[in-house]
Amino acid sequence: MANSWLTEFPALSREALRDIKITSDAAYRTFTRNYGDIVDAAFDPLLRLLIWFENLLLIAPWWVVILVILGLAYAAGRSIPLCIGVLTGLLLIGFFGMWEDAMKTLSIIGVSTLVSIVLGIPTGILMARSDRAQSIVTPVLDVMQTMPAFVYLIPVVMLLGIGRVPGLLAVVIYAIPPVIRLTNLGIRLVDKDVLEAATSYGANRSQRLWGVQIPLAMPTIMAGINQTIMMALAMVVIAAMIGVDGLGRPVLQSIQNQYFTQGMLNGLAIVALAIVFDRISQAYARRSQTHMSGIKSA
Amino acid sequence: MPDPLIKVEGLYKIYGPSPKEVLPLIHAGSSKADILAETGHTVGLKDIHLEIEKGKIFVIMGLSGSGKSTLIRHFNRLIEPTAGHIYIEDTDVMKLSDRELEDYRRNKMSMVFQRFGLMPHRTVLRNVGYGLSVQGVSREKQDQEAQRWLDAVGLTGYENHFPAQLSGGEQQRVGLARALATNAEILLMDEAFSALDPLIRTEMRDQLIELQKKLHKTIIFITHDLDEALHLGDKIAILKDGELIQVGTPAQILLNPVDDYVEAFVRGVNRGRALTVEAVMRDPRLQITSDDVDSALDQMRKAKATFGYYVPNGTYAGVVAQLDLVEVAREDGQASLFDHMIDPSVSVTPDTRICATLAETVAADFPLPVLDEDGVLIGELPREVVFEVLNEEA
Ligand SMILES: Nc1ncnc2c1ncn2[C@@H]1O[C@H](COP(=O)(O)OP(=O)(O)OP(=O)(O)O)[C@@H](O)[C@H]1O
Ligand SMILES: [Mg+2]
Repeated sequence: MANSWLTEFPALSREALRDIKITSDAAYRTFTRNYGDIVDAAFDPLLRLLIWFENLLLIAPWWVVILVILGLAYAAGRSIPLCIGVLTGLLLIGFFGMWEDAMKTLSIIGVSTLVSIVLGIPTGILMARSDRAQSIVTPVLDVMQTMPAFVYLIPVVMLLGIGRVPGLLAVVIYAIPPVIRLTNLGIRLVDKDVLEAATSYGANRSQRLWGVQIPLAMPTIMAGINQTIMMALAMVVIAAMIGVDGLGRPVLQSIQNQYFTQGMLNGLAIVALAIVFDRISQAYARRSQTHMSGIKSA
Repeated sequence: MPDPLIKVEGLYKIYGPSPKEVLPLIHAGSSKADILAETGHTVGLKDIHLEIEKGKIFVIMGLSGSGKSTLIRHFNRLIEPTAGHIYIEDTDVMKLSDRELEDYRRNKMSMVFQRFGLMPHRTVLRNVGYGLSVQGVSREKQDQEAQRWLDAVGLTGYENHFPAQLSGGEQQRVGLARALATNAEILLMDEAFSALDPLIRTEMRDQLIELQKKLHKTIIFITHDLDEALHLGDKIAILKDGELIQVGTPAQILLNPVDDYVEAFVRGVNRGRALTVEAVMRDPRLQITSDDVDSALDQMRKAKATFGYYVPNGTYAGVVAQLDLVEVAREDGQASLFDHMIDPSVSVTPDTRICATLAETVAADFPLPVLDEDGVLIGELPREVVFEVLNEEA
């Protein structure tokens, strides 16, 4: 052997590497072939929810949708300027002919956020309750947040093909970490004195959780949900690559064909949606915690 | 003495990763500081034995870090002991299962916290009703009870405020009302008034005393303020480095501190003002019930007393002196005791401060009789005792 490990990195041989790749590719392919249908079927309810929600948004007249969103904004913030801002954003989107795409995006973002909350909050609660769970979940979240989205798109597409469900999965994987992390953090930061008082009056685990920990962690959890919505919106273009309709698709087209204006307009529409939902959820978070301000100073 | 309500036996608490391994060191006599230096474990409590009577206020005192909070949190097992037992009536609190422990916390005791521990997301009324809501009482009943106790602590009108909108004193009243609302028989108070300014603090203290007159709870009260301890405590326990140094009535603590640590605590206290007659009075030496002079003299001779309290039909009438009676007997064997009493109006009440009895004590040449509200003789106040209390003032 001429090559010594002193000068060359003692890497696996080319053949060995090739064998590893071939074996693991084959194994995963077998898995998808055998279980693809089952997995597909498992996601079926989700697909139906997605389609139902999308149809709802598309069938409803544009002004009904706007009124509902305005109602939401007012209920959350009780602020007229907020409502005016939301109205302007939505009208501009429609005015530039992007209403339909915006509704499709809204539906996938809405369902992704819902799924993230439904999975994320219980996971966060579990992490807050057990240090073991926290030490297992935290690195998983780290990987989810740093792994480039394109990398986990490969197995998802191999398993589920192209379409709404794999898109949804990709968005959820990318967007769920903040709601998990902040639920965990919010519960762990609940004032120990208040929790001790609840315990001293005989509150059991679930009474402590629902009566004290969740309500007191709510502002932090809301911040997590807000972050999740923002990250879901950031995934719109990548989701378009695997067949999700919406504002992402025209952006993708413009990249390929160098349509500057089309790209810009659709990009701005995504930004407008992001701002609308950011402001609504923040206004809600602010209003729901006003009476708790200043308590820690006692 | 009646059976105590609460009994603590051989309670140890050691903070650290492997407390059981440190126990032998403590048994071998190592000090708190040595154990911390050698093993990194903190001795929280060391071999505590206590008995607490029903319906009394039991005060626990000690410097910061002496283990007061650790001890009080053992009564409702917010802290698990390293060794030892606590019995409430006949239940061993340490043996309760999780479910039993919840039940017991709901019904047997309630706690008032130094930093209030109010729930910032609940209104004042809902905070006061918290204990009841945990018990599963109907919302209507919760609010009704909560309102009653809110009125009792003088916070009517604040029902719909949030804790953050109240002053410290008001927040602690909410804490007190919350503790009272569950109607638990034992009240745990961990430096409940320490976070309040002195004026509000005395006000809260007096309010607690007033409430206790009606409620007769068993109260375990922690403070590092001797004045508060003397005012409130039926018994005072003094902790030092996790050890119980002395337990006794305020008078015992003031008059017979067992060591320098306790002495340092009580130094500078104006005992004449701090102690009441009740704390130092003795049992009446001689109560004479017969109206007959001869038999009265006979009783005095047997009791070797020069004075006696004439107590016909159970109520106090006055003092009679042996010298007087001997003379009377010589002149008229049939005379009534009633006609020969010395100044029947001189007496003191049990809650009088010692310093306020000084003039009468000096003027009278017999121990002052101590009478309760119904005029029943419950004790006597010998002159030596008064002088002793005032003398050791040094
Ligand atoms: N959770 C804990 N972990 C480790 N050590 C503790 C813990 N809690 C208390 N200690 C130690 O136990 C000892 C007693 O503490 P404790 O809080 O009971 O004191 P305290 O008498 O209530 O003091 P203070 O008047 O300051 O409230 C102290 O030395 C403290 O450092
Ligand atoms: Mg303390």
